[in-house]
Amino acid sequence: MSNSSSSFLKSSLGKKFIMGFTGLFLISFLVVHVCINACIYFNDNGETFNMAAGFMANNIIIKVVEVGLFLGIIAHIVQALVISMHNSKARPQKYAVQNQAVSSKWYSRSMGLLGTLLLMFLIVHLANFWVPTKLALYGENAKFVGYNVPDGFAGMKENPFEALKTVFANPIIVTVYLLGLVSLFYHLLHGFQSAFQSFGLNHKNYTPFIKSLGFWYSLLICLLFASMPITLFLGLIK
Amino acid sequence: MSHGNMNLTLKIWRQNSGSEPGQLVTYPVKDISPDMSFLEMFDVLNEQLVAKNESPIVFDHDCREGICGMCSMVINGRAHGPKTGITTCQLHMRSFKDGDTIVVEPWRAQAFPVIKDLTVDRSSFERIQAKGGFISVNTGTAQDANCLPIPKDDADASFNAAACIGCGACVATCKNASAMLFVAAKVSQFALLPQGKVEATTRVKNMVAQMDAEGFGSCTNTSACEVECPKGISLENIARMNREYLVANCVD
Ligand code: HEM
Ligand code: SF4
Ligand code: FES
Repeated sequence: MSNSSSSFLKSSLGKKFIMGFTGLFLISFLVVHVCINACIYFNDNGETFNMAAGFMANNIIIKVVEVGLFLGIIAHIVQALVISMHNSKARPQKYAVQNQAVSSKWYSRSMGLLGTLLLMFLIVHLANFWVPTKLALYGENAKFVGYNVPDGFAGMKENPFEALKTVFANPIIVTVYLLGLVSLFYHLLHGFQSAFQSFGLNHKNYTPFIKSLGFWYSLLICLLFASMPITLFLGLIK
Repeated sequence: MSHGNMNLTLKIWRQNSGSEPGQLVTYPVKDISPDMSFLEMFDVLNEQLVAKNESPIVFDHDCREGICGMCSMVINGRAHGPKTGITTCQLHMRSFKDGDTIVVEPWRAQAFPVIKDLTVDRSSFERIQAKGGFISVNTGTAQDANCLPIPKDDADASFNAAACIGCGACVATCKNASAMLFVAAKVSQFALLPQGKVEATTRVKNMVAQMDAEGFGSCTNTSACEVECPKGISLENIARMNREYLVANCVD
């Protein structure tokens, strides 16, 4: 059995299984994330949002899940690298002419590129919010790594909503976020339904439903995420 | 030039052997009838080359009626040319216009090395087949029709999978040069029938292991293979193989 499971994980099919599994896990996390973001729409000076954010920052169960989340992202990225490298070796001599547009969607062929853009966005995003939150929470220890909490973040612990407003007052950051979300949209548009296929779930009755669910999920999640920097930038939310 | 005949410019991959580099070579062809098949057009060109004492272009072909799967050519960037649901031998010159430039390349995959010109070595497919694409017991003489009831849907799906001619267009088309559609068809053909179920778990494990060992890429589910497959093998087969593989690894 142990022999079998290690050969499963090393096989091309097993790797895609991990890809899909971690991908769907990240997809479920995005639902939680977007719900918390949406708390700003109570338009109550960030009171509800701060409560939700405070819960996420301090609850012990969430802290455990957070570790799982990071492991999931890392596993997804590592598998993505391994699979992409293996795939590019499978065709050493390229075609002089290749008409791929007739047989597949560009975003299905660009998962690696979209994923890389996502990763770059993720780094910016973590540096904007996650790192300062942790530093604000464990501020005393920050000195050891020589990191100064930047202006506007000092209040991250007490009032994350104010920190949000500071970050999204910057049009460059807002643009980076919107571009990150475009990448996310196309990554999910292919990834959502692709994961089910990788698990072997393809059925003439259910696959059309999975595909449209994937489309609406990708669209709604990305629009909701995008609405936050936009409304804050425009000062529509107080 | 009789009415409707075409003059074309061909750019064809010439490569003397797998160990030598190749390149695209330009050949003008004149007075091609729109009713010729693409391979007949090659025959015309080859006769001209032979007459000029040049070496003819080597390309695979056998049945010339869409059943053997030999006629591997990537034509203007598409496996078997601009039409879907057919092989190169079923492609007619009326699919092109007078004055067109047509680029012809071999299947490109690490697991399909070029032998010469447009001919590639597809024995990697045979080695995958040899790992389990069969039933090892003698099933005896044909039984009475209803002794072994098989649901119509399963029989149809198995038959459709068995329509795979092993041409390799799926590999040639896939951005990862993945053989998933071919292997999935071969696995499904048996997995759906009671006779095939006996060896189902070892079959899928061994065939997948051989597929990986041959250096084919993995599946990104772009579905390009399904579009270019001349026999309409569907992605449902790939899902079935994924399922079979998962189950096989859980049970033994
Ligand atoms: C929130 C972030 C992300 C989510 C929700 C997500 C989700 C998914 C899903 C569901 C799949 C489909 C899996 C399958 O086909 O079985 C997928 C595939 C993929 N992801 Fe992600 N992903 C995310 C981030 C990333 C990042 C950061 C990278 C790369 C650095 C990446 C690279 C890839 C690649 C290369 C594939 C395609 C693999 C293949 O089929 O060949 N993803 N992703
Ligand atoms: S699955 Fe289709 S494209 Fe692939 S080898 Fe079989 S017939 Fe050819
Ligand atoms: S030559 Fe047999 S399928 Fe084309």
